[in-house]
Amino acid sequence: MSFIYDFSSATQAIDQWLKANLSPTGAFVAELALVGLTILLAYAVIGLYLVYAERKVCAFMQNRVGPNRVGKWGLLQTMADLIKLLMKELIPIRKSDKLLFNVAPYLVIIASFLGIAAIPFAKGLHAIDFNIGVFYIMAVSSIGVIGILLAGWSSNSKYSLIGAMRSGAQVVSYELSVGLALLSVVIFSGSMQLSTIVESQANGWWILKGHLPAMISFVIFLIASTAEINRGPFDLAEAESELTAGFHTEYSGIRFAFFFLAEYMNMFIVAAMAATVFLGGWMPFHLGNLEAFNRVMDFIPPVVWFFGKTIFIIYLIMWFKWTFPRLRIDQLLTLEWKYLLPLNLLNTVVIAFLVLMGWYFK
Amino acid sequence: MALNQFMFYLLAAVIMVCSVLTITSRRILRAAFYLLCVLIATAGIYFMLDYQFIAGVQLILYAGGIVVLIIFSVLLTSHISQKFAKPGLARVIPGVLAAVAGFVLSAMTVLSFPFQPSGQPAIGNDMRTIGLQLLSVEKNGYALPFEVISVLLLASMVGAIVVAKKEKSKEKP
Repeated sequence: MSFIYDFSSATQAIDQWLKANLSPTGAFVAELALVGLTILLAYAVIGLYLVYAERKVCAFMQNRVGPNRVGKWGLLQTMADLIKLLMKELIPIRKSDKLLFNVAPYLVIIASFLGIAAIPFAKGLHAIDFNIGVFYIMAVSSIGVIGILLAGWSSNSKYSLIGAMRSGAQVVSYELSVGLALLSVVIFSGSMQLSTIVESQANGWWILKGHLPAMISFVIFLIASTAEINRGPFDLAEAESELTAGFHTEYSGIRFAFFFLAEYMNMFIVAAMAATVFLGGWMPFHLGNLEAFNRVMDFIPPVVWFFGKTIFIIYLIMWFKWTFPRLRIDQLLTLEWKYLLPLNLLNTVVIAFLVLMGWYFK
Repeated sequence: MALNQFMFYLLAAVIMVCSVLTITSRRILRAAFYLLCVLIATAGIYFMLDYQFIAGVQLILYAGGIVVLIIFSVLLTSHISQKFAKPGLARVIPGVLAAVAGFVLSAMTVLSFPFQPSGQPAIGNDMRTIGLQLLSVEKNGYALPFEVISVLLLASMVGAIVVAKKEKSKEKP
């Protein structure tokens, strides 16, 4: 069971076995297929259970029970929902732009798929480790909004169009704050590579080592990324009480499910980024020179640490959604351009100064 | 055929087909979408060359920034039923001629240039090198162009604000 602490030996064993049994090209293609299949499976399972978790969390916040009929505690409810959605009719819309209407859900889901490929799940369990990791995740997540815009426009419906416009304005402005908040940790750790950022937190997480400025950028990251993934209280793009369902009003069946799943997986990516960048990723919680304490913490496997932190942040994001009322579009843009962005820029300058002077815990 | 070559031909084919579709499509948002495909495939070629930073910039600036702005302005200004009229023969013939002339000119230039592999060692493409190079004032440094471009950006931002600002109402309340 030692591989649960370090997956690199397991992945290397698979790599060597494939290379011994197949031609170089065949081994490469097989590895691509294996990694793709693993990520696809994880994507579906995590996505479905996030939907379940959302319904349960929402239910408990509203003093209800939530799904509890299908399977034990309703655990199979979302699986049943998926099968139902797969069998539903795909309704074609007359006078819509057919090509863009069909492409839009795939764009959204591909963007979140690209993002999830670069996340370090555990030691050695990291599909692609670019030296621009943080930047890469920001770049691919900015493609998702194009899918939303295209979906809204090509449906030829006023609700969809208004939803898409709101979403465009929102995502483009909040992307700035997400980027600057992540930049603060890039300044601290001196690298954009996600594996290096995780390694740099071996003796303490950046949210603790970077004290106040890091905490400020963590909070800004949480707010801005909640807005970037179009979730409540910033879910203006699909505000169901005013726009029926916003940009995906006209979608049905599995295409609607793609939007739905992509939204939850974007939440997962955001939570995983927050966990990786601010809370140490798969790194256990270590305290300076307390040898015994650190040993006990090391006993918990990295996968558990990673998913524990991610689930904690997902819970926070869900908590936001079910407690805060939805903002108006002008309030939303005011919050970003008049409060978050200036604060963020100031915070970045302060962090650069702190790093220059060495006034943080190394 | 090696996988590398296969990927290159795939991306190149996407770029070429989508470029042509971008200018021939008569629906404006479809043209924007084909442009997006071209830009993403270009980013793919940068990834193949291991220039990840350039690829990231290509994705975040062109695909995620400029195309989003184009689509957003299309959303604000045009309706889905709107289609460009088919251009008349009097426009098509000079257009095709100009395009062919441009293609022949650039193809001749490219083919006549003796491409030789550079003997100099490649500069590393990690972020630290790029950052230092960008802010260096010594030989091969990019500090001056960087600053000049930032002045240009500032000027255009000020211009945009001036254009967008409402005229102060003349009459006193």
